[in-house]
Amino acid sequence: MAKLKLRGVIKRFGDVTVCDGIDLDVAEGEMVCLIGASGGGKSTLLRCINLLEQIEDGAIFLDGEDVSVPGLDPQRVRSRIGMVFQSYNLFPHMTAIENAMLAPRRVRGLSRDALRPEIEALFTRFGLADRMEKYPDQLSGGQQQRVAIVRALAMKPEVMLFDEITSALDPQLVGEVLDVLLQLKSEGMTMLLATHEMEFARQAADKVCFLRDGKIIEEGPPAVVFGAPQRAETRAFLKRALK
Amino acid sequence: MTQPNAAGATRRQRYEAAQRRRAALIAATSTALVAAAIVTLVPMTPGWEKVQRSFFNYDTLVLTFPKLLEAFTINVMIFAWSAPAIAVLGLLIALARDTKSPALFPLRIFGAAFTDVFRGVPVILTVYLIGFGIPGLGLPRPWNSPYIWGSLALILTYSAYVAEIFRSGIDSVHHSQRAAALSLGLTERQVTRDVVLPQAIRNVVPAQMNMLIALQKDVSLLSFIGPVEVFRQAGVFKSLLADFTPYVGAAIIFLVVTVPATRYADYLMARQRRDRR
Ligand SMILES: Nc1ncnc2c1ncn2[C@@H]1O[C@H](COP(=O)(O)OP(=O)(O)OP(=O)(O)O)[C@@H](O)[C@H]1O
Ligand SMILES: [Mg+2]
Repeated sequence: MAKLKLRGVIKRFGDVTVCDGIDLDVAEGEMVCLIGASGGGKSTLLRCINLLEQIEDGAIFLDGEDVSVPGLDPQRVRSRIGMVFQSYNLFPHMTAIENAMLAPRRVRGLSRDALRPEIEALFTRFGLADRMEKYPDQLSGGQQQRVAIVRALAMKPEVMLFDEITSALDPQLVGEVLDVLLQLKSEGMTMLLATHEMEFARQAADKVCFLRDGKIIEEGPPAVVFGAPQRAETRAFLKRALK
Repeated sequence: MTQPNAAGATRRQRYEAAQRRRAALIAATSTALVAAAIVTLVPMTPGWEKVQRSFFNYDTLVLTFPKLLEAFTINVMIFAWSAPAIAVLGLLIALARDTKSPALFPLRIFGAAFTDVFRGVPVILTVYLIGFGIPGLGLPRPWNSPYIWGSLALILTYSAYVAEIFRSGIDSVHHSQRAAALSLGLTERQVTRDVVLPQAIRNVVPAQMNMLIALQKDVSLLSFIGPVEVFRQAGVFKSLLADFTPYVGAAIIFLVVTVPATRYADYLMARQRRDRR
């Protein structure tokens, strides 16, 4: 059974249909990449899955449970799904480790002391042990984004969503963040990411979905989608994106 | 490395140093000229002798200043208990006005009405209405004290302004901060308390400093309903000695407090602008 399953998801902003009947399966431990031109609805889809946006129609299943039922407590679902944003969005008034401890303290009800060993272990795992006590503005973009990933992981999520997490980074910092994704994949994390890093998607993804005008018009293993795309739109997009 | 001394300075640095010296010289000269003009011309005015005697009388100043300082402690006291109350009430009103919970809708209306009313009425009128009106109900001591009701008038008026400043601070926190916090599983309340408010409050510290400075001055309005604070005390001396110098003394006391505070607020403002780039 798919860890994360979307069926007929529709999201509108006013008259604009941004997600137009999306079906998507992400299996346990799988890495799925959403690709597509700007404005195709990738970010919106991820925000819908994390219940930051409410969908008009369709359903989102996490472990077979419909989490898109209107009126359902969104906090419980969100604490099971981690999300990382393009612009890091670290809390600027807290140190890196305070950023990572806030949600576990509040949601899991643990004290700083009780949390410290496990959070420190997370920072160490991602090579950030010497950055824990720094404030976000004392960190490079790549470090900030890795801290944002650690912050999401601190909630022990079952699924991670990544929204173009390398798009705001200087080119030489992209690698260190993508390495974190590879590390998570090797540890068996279930991941759905929107990305413009075609080379990364081609090499690391288990499945690639091409999103256009709110629809997934082509999906499959990267070798197929990149190697032998079926649709003219996909070919056109890849030709531009891979140049 | 280029050093800004003459020997190792670059051509541009030498040019800029010369420009700075020139600017400083011009500023000093023009200031000296204006000061000289004031010092020589003002005493030539026909009324100067009289003004000097009744506004700048050194003996009166020395005689009255200790008493004025003593009276100023009342200003400080009223300020000291009003300011924290204003901060708390202002924040509560700001939160009430931004609440989304339907159960708290009445609170939201109340918050809006509150800020409209108290920002719309001159402070002195509020002080009069509350300061005379409520004790007029014939309350027993100490509940008929003008200190209590005068302070309340200040608290209500200033809370209305302070609440609006807090609200602008809350607006200034980017919505992506809220989204990030929500995505971690925090509740709306937790997001507001732990993520939005700390940043919002920090963003409005300079603006709130300016409110505190204004409050420190407006405490004097309570003199109209009774308390003998520094302005009223100066008035008493004026009647007694037929001399306006005590007012100048009172002004000096205010300036000693407010000028450094204003400078500090300006400094915070400038630093914040710089940080935002
Ligand atoms: N809150 C909103 N209100 C109205 N329209 C929105 C909102 N958020 C997104 N949209 C619109 O939805 C469409 C899809 O946006 P979305 O950000 O999901 O695309 P994207 O695929 O992530 O693009 P990009 O690659 O630029 O990040 C766009 O046309 C956008 O203008
Ligand atoms: Mg996007």
